[in-house]
Amino acid sequence: MSGAVEKVRFGFSVNKDRQIDYDANLKNVSDIVQKAEPTFNLCISCGTCASTCTAGKFTDFSLRKVILMVRRGETKGLENEITKCMLCGKCQLVCPRGVSTRNLILQIHKALKTGAL
Amino acid sequence: MNRKIAVIGGGAAGLEASSALTSLGFRVVLVEKEDETGGHIKNWHALFPNRRPGVEVLDALRSKLGSDVELFSGKTVTEIKPVNDRFELSSADGWKTEADAVLLTTGFSLFNARKKEEYGYGIYDNVITSAELESAFSTGKIAMKSGEQPKRIGFVHCVGSRDEKVGNIYCSKVCCVTAVKQAIEIKQYLPDCEVFCFYMDMRMFGRHYEELYKEAQEKYYIQFIRGRLSESTEDHTGKIILKVEDTLLGKPLKIGVDMLVLMVGMEPAEITKNLGTQLGLVSDSDRFLVSTDQHISANISEIPGLFFAGTCTGPKNIADTLADARSAALAIAGYFDNNHNKS
Ligand SMILES: Cc1cc2nc3c(=O)[nH]c(=O)nc-3n(C[C@H](O)[C@H](O)[C@H](O)COP(=O)(O)OP(=O)(O)OC[C@H]3O[C@@H](n4cnc5c(N)ncnc54)[C@H](O)[C@@H]3O)c2cc1C
Ligand code: SF4
Ligand code: SF4
Ligand code: SF4
Repeated sequence: MSGAVEKVRFGFSVNKDRQIDYDANLKNVSDIVQKAEPTFNLCISCGTCASTCTAGKFTDFSLRKVILMVRRGETKGLENEITKCMLCGKCQLVCPRGVSTRNLILQIHKALKTGAL
Repeated sequence: MNRKIAVIGGGAAGLEASSALTSLGFRVVLVEKEDETGGHIKNWHALFPNRRPGVEVLDALRSKLGSDVELFSGKTVTEIKPVNDRFELSSADGWKTEADAVLLTTGFSLFNARKKEEYGYGIYDNVITSAELESAFSTGKIAMKSGEQPKRIGFVHCVGSRDEKVGNIYCSKVCCVTAVKQAIEIKQYLPDCEVFCFYMDMRMFGRHYEELYKEAQEKYYIQFIRGRLSESTEDHTGKIILKVEDTLLGKPLKIGVDMLVLMVGMEPAEITKNLGTQLGLVSDSDRFLVSTDQHISANISEIPGLFFAGTCTGPKNIADTLADARSAALAIAGYFDNNHNKS
């Protein structure tokens, strides 16, 4: 312990920015999903899917949000998030834009596994 | 003797009203301040929703003008005086005429984007207006100041509309669909360019507008981000950095674009406001001309014999403008039918 200055932690740190940095984010998952399930592009963020979703009643899961996060390249933590979906398909019945939601979720899942660099 | 109607302004409304009035048996004097008729549509390369050339519509409207329409172009009407049951009109250069009734079809003005200084129009190189982009489409050359092709373009909705900061609380109606149309056109000229629209609400009110929006998403991968731009900055490379809230994710978002297109709204023209003041017409809080009844008599002013049509009473697309013009022609015919000065 001879003369070594011990680091004092005051409990301060730099807050992680909440901002979506679109240019810095990777859009590879979005690119893959868009090709694998083109109805991905048709979503108008109406939230009908999320309102009917049973998973959303008990957790903060929302397919509407997942779609937007993929679009913006905000994919961190999404792989875990998407496992909350039970693939029941209720959302597909109610979507006004005909988004093929079940396949979309499967494709997002796949792309997150394989496409995330 | 045929009644003579003075139609002030040779845009879509003035052209359509003139031909409708002549088919009802009136003589028409059509006065246009520019050298050519057509109004704003002259500058629209292609029209929403079907992207047909603007000139196609204008040619059709112009070709309907028969010999009963006397056209005076290059004349700005600056004075309209009710005298007995008639009107005396004069232009800035001293030209005069008289008429039994007057139809104001003086149109709108584009919002001056410089007033929204925080968006950088007139300050940064690659910030342009929707009207300027329309001209660029006419020349077929979509390029940045440097001559390079943009790789990413952003469209900002509601510039000068729905904004009390600039004194305009109303929605200009046509700019959402214009943004969607222009976004698609960009992708047709520059397939590799990424296109983003920043909107508050997507107001796709007209027939086939929603379909156009869907086409923009489905075929052209245009991205719509719900959030209003607070300000733009230019970085050292000339890129324009935008900060919006991605309101659907509830997070601030930063994105760089090579070119920014401002969807400028409609305002009442200065010249219309002056004529209105001179005639003692009341104007609304939105400064557009006011009819005696918004639903039932939209073309009728407080002054007997003075009528309105087109965008001088508020934002309209072409189809609504033309319908309004034909309706004004009928209102004028009704006025003479019911009036003491029936011929
Ligand atoms: C960016 C943009 C794009 C648009 N694109 C489309 C589209 O694709 N499809 C669509 O349906 N609609 C479109 N619109 C709407 C369209 O431009 C209007 O519906 C149309 O121009 C309205 O016609 P108007 O005759 O009322 O007015 P204007 O076009 O403004 O015509 C008024 C005329 O009156 C003349 N005038 C004014 N005062 C006087 C005076 N005192 N004396 C003599 N002459 C005078 C003016 O010079 C002008 O020629 C667009 C609008 C904007 C802002
Ligand atoms: S398929 Fe998944 S997202 Fe859709 S309703 Fe069922 S649980 Fe919810
Ligand atoms: S219901 Fe369909 S359009 Fe609406 S948010 Fe869900 S996926 Fe998108
Ligand atoms: S039409 Fe759209 S862009 Fe234009 S003012 Fe209305 S909401 Fe804004």
